[in-house]
Order: sequence, then C-alpha cells, then structure tokens
Amino acid sequence: MTRRLLNDRNVPVLVILALFLLMFGWGSVAYTGFFSVQNFLNLFIDNAYLLILAVGMTFVIISGGIDLSVGSMLGLATMISASLLEKQHLNPLLVILIVLLVGTALGFFMGCLIQFFDLPPFIITLAGLYLARGLCYVVSLDTIAINDGFFQAAAHSQVKLIGDNFVSPSAVIALAVVAVGAYVLRFTRFGRTVYAIGGNEQSALLMGLPVARTKIAIYSLSGFCSALGGIVFTFYTLSGYALDGKGMELDAIATVVIGGTLLTGGVGSAFGTVLGVLVYGTIQVLIVFQGTLNSWWTRIVIGFLVFLFCFLQRLFEARKGTTAVRTVSQVPAATASG
Amino acid sequence: MPSARSLGRTKLVWPLAALGCLLLFNFFFTPNFFHMEVKEGHLYGNLIDILKNAAPIMLLAIGLTLVIATKGIDISVGSVVAISAGVVAILLGGDLAGHPKYPLAVAIVAALAASTAAGLWNGILVSRIGLQPIIATLILFVAGRGIAMVLTNAMVIWLYVKPFAIFGQGYWLGLPFSIYLVAGLLLLTALVTRRTAIGLFIESVGINPTAARFSGINAKNILLGVYVFSGFCAGVSGLVVCSTVMSADGNNAGNLYELDAILAVVLGGTSLNGGKFYLLGSMVGALIIQTLTTTIYAFNVAPEISQVVKALVVYAVSLLQSERFRHRIAGVFLKGRTVA
Repeated sequence: MTRRLLNDRNVPVLVILALFLLMFGWGSVAYTGFFSVQNFLNLFIDNAYLLILAVGMTFVIISGGIDLSVGSMLGLATMISASLLEKQHLNPLLVILIVLLVGTALGFFMGCLIQFFDLPPFIITLAGLYLARGLCYVVSLDTIAINDGFFQAAAHSQVKLIGDNFVSPSAVIALAVVAVGAYVLRFTRFGRTVYAIGGNEQSALLMGLPVARTKIAIYSLSGFCSALGGIVFTFYTLSGYALDGKGMELDAIATVVIGGTLLTGGVGSAFGTVLGVLVYGTIQVLIVFQGTLNSWWTRIVIGFLVFLFCFLQRLFEARKGTTAVRTVSQVPAATASG
Repeated sequence: MPSARSLGRTKLVWPLAALGCLLLFNFFFTPNFFHMEVKEGHLYGNLIDILKNAAPIMLLAIGLTLVIATKGIDISVGSVVAISAGVVAILLGGDLAGHPKYPLAVAIVAALAASTAAGLWNGILVSRIGLQPIIATLILFVAGRGIAMVLTNAMVIWLYVKPFAIFGQGYWLGLPFSIYLVAGLLLLTALVTRRTAIGLFIESVGINPTAARFSGINAKNILLGVYVFSGFCAGVSGLVVCSTVMSADGNNAGNLYELDAILAVVLGGTSLNGGKFYLLGSMVGALIIQTLTTTIYAFNVAPEISQVVKALVVYAVSLLQSERFRHRIAGVFLKGRTVA
C-alpha cells in the first residue's frame, strides 16, 4: 500500500499536499482567525477563475505545449460580456454562450495553426496574447460596469454548506470544471491521448492515435476554459476592464507547475493543479495576514516556488535517467519539444 | 555585382523590404511623415522619433538575438528592465532639487550589475541546472516585476537628476543619445561575435548542443554567457526607459517589451529554431515594429489596438517561417503548373 502511494507519479503531488498543509497549519498557529472552514472555502471562492484557467492549462502542458494567451483571453471574455450586457442588452445566458463560443473559436484557431503548420505553441499563443488584448480595446477603451440582474445575482448569492459556511456559485463552477477535467484526463480515450502526445508525439502518431484532432481540441479546450474563467471573473468584479487578467497566464502556468505537472509534458494531474492553486491562494492570504509585506511579495514567493519545483523535477529526472538520457537532458534545448 | 548578391543571400533583404514598404506607404498616405527640421541644433521629425522610440527594444533585441541563436528564449527581459530602472531610481533618489543620493556613476553601475546578475541567474538555471529556457526565464519574469515593485515600494519614483536625462532625452551631434548607445553596443557585439569564433560557437550550440560539446566547445559556458549578456542589455535598456520618462514605475516599465523584442528578432530573420543569427536584421525588425506603431498613431487609432496588428504580423511571419506552410503553398503552384 505504501509503495503504491509512494510511486513516482504520486511523489510530487504528496510533496505539494504536505507543503499546503504546512503553510495552512503555520498560518493557523501564527495568526488568530486564520484557521476556519470558511477561510479554507474562501480559497476556492477567491481563486475560482484561476482554478478554471489552470485546469485548461494542465491539459496543454501535459501535452507538451504551452498557452500564453489565457490571461488576455480572460480579459477579452470580461470585455465582451460587459459590452454585450450593457450596450446591446442581450439575454445574459445568450451572452455567456457567445463568450464561450468566442473563446473556444480563438483556441481552435491557434490549435489549427500549431498543428497544421508545425509552428511553436509558444509563439502562436504569444501572438494570441497580443490579439486578445488588442481586441479588448477594440470592444471598448473604457471600463464597463455591469448592472445586469443575472450577473449581480451570481456575484452575490451564496451556496450554503454545513453550518454558516458557504461557497459562491463561481466556486461551484470551478469545482465542476476540476471534476470534469480530472475525469476526462484519467478515464477517457481523449485524456490518455493527451498524456501520450506529451510523452512522445512521434510515438503517439505511430501508435495510430488521433494526434492532430487531439492537439487542436486541447487548445480549443484551453480557450473554452479561459472564456469560462473570464465569465467567473466577471461575476467577481462585475465589470469589464481591458487590463483584466494581465499576467494571469503566468499565474496559471506557475500553479500547474507547482502542482507537479512536468513542463516537458507527459506527467501531471488535475488534482495536483488544484493543490497548486490552493498553495497560491494560501500565500496571498498569508501575506494579507502578515500585514506589513507588500502584496508584490506574492509574485516573488511564487517565482521562488516555481524555481524550487522545477529544480526538484530536474533532480528526480537526473536520478532516474540512464547515462544516455542524461547526456541529452543536460542540454535544455534538446529536450524542448518541437 | 557581388555586393548585391551577398545582400540577397543574407536574409537582411526581406526585413529591409518590409520596412521599405511601410515607409513607402507612409510616403503616400501620411502627410509630413518625412518632414525633418533642425530645432536648437537637434534634428526633429518622425524618422528621428522612430529611431529614438525603438532604442529600448533594439537594445533588448541585441542580447535576445544571441539567446535565440542558441535555440533559447529569454522572456524575463521586460522584468529586468523594470529592475534596472528601479535600482537606478532608488540610488538617485527622488530629491526635488536634483541632488542625487549617490553619484550618478554608482547608480548606473549598480543598475547594470543588478541586471547582469539577473542574467547570470537565468544562465545558471539554463546551462547548469538544465531547465528549459522558457521556464527558467519565466521564473524571473514572474518574480522580477515583484522585485522591482518591492524595491520601489510599489510607488512611482520621479527623478529630478538632470544629467541622467541624457540617456533617454539627450542629443549628441544632432541625434538622440540613445542611438549612439545602440550603435556602440551593436558594433561591440558584432565585432566580438563575427571577428572571433564566439559567433560560430553560439550558432553551433543552437544547431546541436551535444555535437558542439563533442567538438570541444564549452556549450555550458556559451549558454551561460548569452543569458548574462541578455541581462546586461536589458539593464542598458532599463536606463534608457527610466531616463526617457525620468521615473521608475515597477509595474509598467518594460511591460510587454519581451514580446516586442522577440518579435523584432524573429522579424529580422533569426529563426526560433536557433543556429543562425542576424544582428542587423533584429535592428531592422525593431524599426519595423516602431514604424508600424507610429503609422498606426498617425491614423488616430488608439495605441492599444495596435496590438491586434502586431499579432497579425506575428502570425504572418511565423507562417512564412513554417516549412510546412511553404511546402503547401509551393505545392499549390506546382500543381497548377503540371496541370497546365
């Protein structure tokens, strides 16, 4: 039993789980009022949008790719929903549908470029970052406040749990996304193909797996998650602002990496990503409770954690690898997937 | 004419053609675009503005060209610009009378040292620990802006030290001083890479690091070196950025510069697959981006929307670089010919 629990795949997830418990425990001891069920639930409420982005990103990174456009796609989603609601006065459900379609379509477009023309995901999604951010300004140069009843209700209503504790509808959506994401990754043919592509795209192709279709689907999925994250973010801020989600792509990547997903592809889990987001949220709460530190320390701590986890991953790989593998992996460029 | 033929062989002709098209467009459609006049002994005009505004990106692009030649990438340069600006600003201090807290030279050396140290960190992660370049520099991309904000205490520091203004606003012999910085650094880099074997070493590491190592090149130190140099270039760029607005804003200084600089390098013909680099091409690339931005301004389009145009340019350029795309296009033409 212990051996099964401690196999290679679980070690990073267990490390991050321990880190989360340590940080949360330390906060509970050090600061009064830190430990409560509600405070734990708040982590999901405050980071619902990030959780959704990170689940999409998990798929992309496991497949060996990267998606830098998610932050500005989230911004674009908030702008489109605010504009359609307040300027066109469309039905809120129709607005949500349109936003999700736009996000998926942009992701699909990028996936096609990456797959059909063999272009590096890094550059294509970087251009996507520009494109979506620029489109935000095309929609409107000013911030648009949202007064729509449905969005207001979604922002303020609470889903009661045991006792006085509650979560927001956004958190429920985020957890549903996590559940679906985890199921798809683990138990469907699509999920298996994602892992196979990340492990070795050439082999996946030779095995007869639908690589092209799956890769395009992965980027479409990430686009969908960005759009959904944007809608949830809009529930949170009740406005559309063209700079929403600036730099969030890196938060999403960072949480996925901290959650034990390998940037070289092939290894990772949705559960790890949830833990990554929880650690991220806990750092923020700890800095708020600490009081004297500037909130920008969050970025420094996150940067350090990403370093720490990448470093540990390298150590694991180096210890496992044979000499031949090690010669190749010593040189980073050779391991980068094309 | 051998010189014309060698110009065609170097990839420089394509970026120059693109720049030429942009300028031609402006010649016909933007009134007074080429207008120049001498005011107070300085040259003024759109063309000078383009050179001046492109300087920070050109400086970044010099360092980044070498990094990309090794098949690497450095996305931390924008954050390093912010760090460099932050360091110089806190050392000079926001004294209203313009008395620097520390001598100007000390502040400049410290800023360059800080950014070079940032480059060294990236270089160690890539060459010694063996992280993928994107990830290694991602760490400083995330943390760097945080460091800059913590340095400046999350405030915008305004500078009133007059002599410092020369980097971004000064003129020398009628031209902006920053142009001389770019030219100097470019010349130095070109000499070191093209007159010694270092350029060849960099390219061979980009083509096949293992083979390079087996042929006796210290691939690790070459990798380390290019990242350190990229950090240094970002530091110089930070000085220019900070001096242009005479303030250090940790949040906005150098924001999205990494993207512009990467775009400049790619537009200049250096492939992201490494192995070859064109320093002059990268400079032309930076000028293309700046000319594009200036053109968009001239048409009274909101500057933010220019990002959409930039994105489309990136898509077009990367499609042209894609072998599969070229084959497909060639296939269409060939098919037409055989049928006819």
